[in-house]
Amino acid sequence: MMKKIIITMTALGLVAGAQMSAQAGPKEDLKNFRSYFTKKLPAGKTFDDYADGIYIYNQDMYDAWQAIEEFPPYELDISAGEKEYNTAFGNGKTYASCFKNGGKGIAQNYPYWDARAGKVKTLEAEINECRTKNGEKPLKWKKGKLAQLSAYLKNTSRGKAINVSVPNDKGALAAYNAGKQFYFARRGQLNFSCAHCHFDAAGKYIRANILSAGIGQATNFPVYRSKWGGLGTMHRRYGGCNKQVRAKPFKAQGPEYTNLEYFHTYMSNGLKLNAPGNRQ
Amino acid sequence: MAKGIKIRATAKKDSTTVKALMSHPMDTGLRKDKKTGKVIPAHFIQEVKCEHNGNAVLTALWGPAISKNPYLSFKFKGGNKGDSIKISWVDNKGESASQEAQIR
Repeated sequence: MMKKIIITMTALGLVAGAQMSAQAGPKEDLKNFRSYFTKKLPAGKTFDDYADGIYIYNQDMYDAWQAIEEFPPYELDISAGEKEYNTAFGNGKTYASCFKNGGKGIAQNYPYWDARAGKVKTLEAEINECRTKNGEKPLKWKKGKLAQLSAYLKNTSRGKAINVSVPNDKGALAAYNAGKQFYFARRGQLNFSCAHCHFDAAGKYIRANILSAGIGQATNFPVYRSKWGGLGTMHRRYGGCNKQVRAKPFKAQGPEYTNLEYFHTYMSNGLKLNAPGNRQ
Repeated sequence: MAKGIKIRATAKKDSTTVKALMSHPMDTGLRKDKKTGKVIPAHFIQEVKCEHNGNAVLTALWGPAISKNPYLSFKFKGGNKGDSIKISWVDNKGESASQEAQIR
């Protein structure tokens, strides 16, 4: 039995490898990713529905989710984020001074390649950078105030299509490829890559849970998870995912996860942002 | 917004559905602070009142068994668009909050 599973997993790995060859550029990757998931669409759904996460695979879960969405549990977090965002720092400046357009409606462009800093910048990283620049202590990465601030900013971009760009820059491509490599690399005692679950086996069951598709996952973070009983950032989820395959999670906002977020979000380009989301 | 209440009320036919989300820690008094090891004192909502145009339609007596940031949803007969709905709570420390909204 075990042997059979291993053989299947290897076969799946080969398929994934063939479809997303290491040499392909971001544009080609995106095309392949999209066409793969277009073919995999469940009956009666359109490509844009991938933004709904696992709920496209099960009508009952979808209905329950919609019922919660009428009065979502993250509403208080958005208000808390808004209040924090508009509260001035000790030096009198506000968060709005750090962002283009005062931070409103720009979240769909994150993460982006910052050529001057020579690294990928996520929205959360910039919020904390804004704090340190203005003499405040940085916030914790995974939940709490930072997630609320991020939720508020993302909420102002709701409905806008994700628009992450990978410029033709050596560093940007290197970061992108590192993220891609992370996505397809096996890790942990279970020896699973992100792609095993969320690319090859998307929509299938893992015990009683449905595996979400690798496309569209980036649209709803930060997310309120019933399992967490609160809001969490994407890097919190990455850490959880790594733990589930019995791998040691990396540090939130470290280069590994930041590059992964870059690749991962780029793959969802064109899907509409619906953050903050609520998931089981 | 620490003490905010979010309300949504909709009238349909002859009944009104009220949904409310309250922001409250709802500490039971049994949990310990992870860092200091000291017990976090009980802090929970004791009474929730809902008024429709000034008439009480619901009074709930709560205890520490209710979850953090409680969500309350109920229906009552009557109510028209534009009527006012007022929800207020008082907790065991004497703190209170109230919020008014209109039926849609």
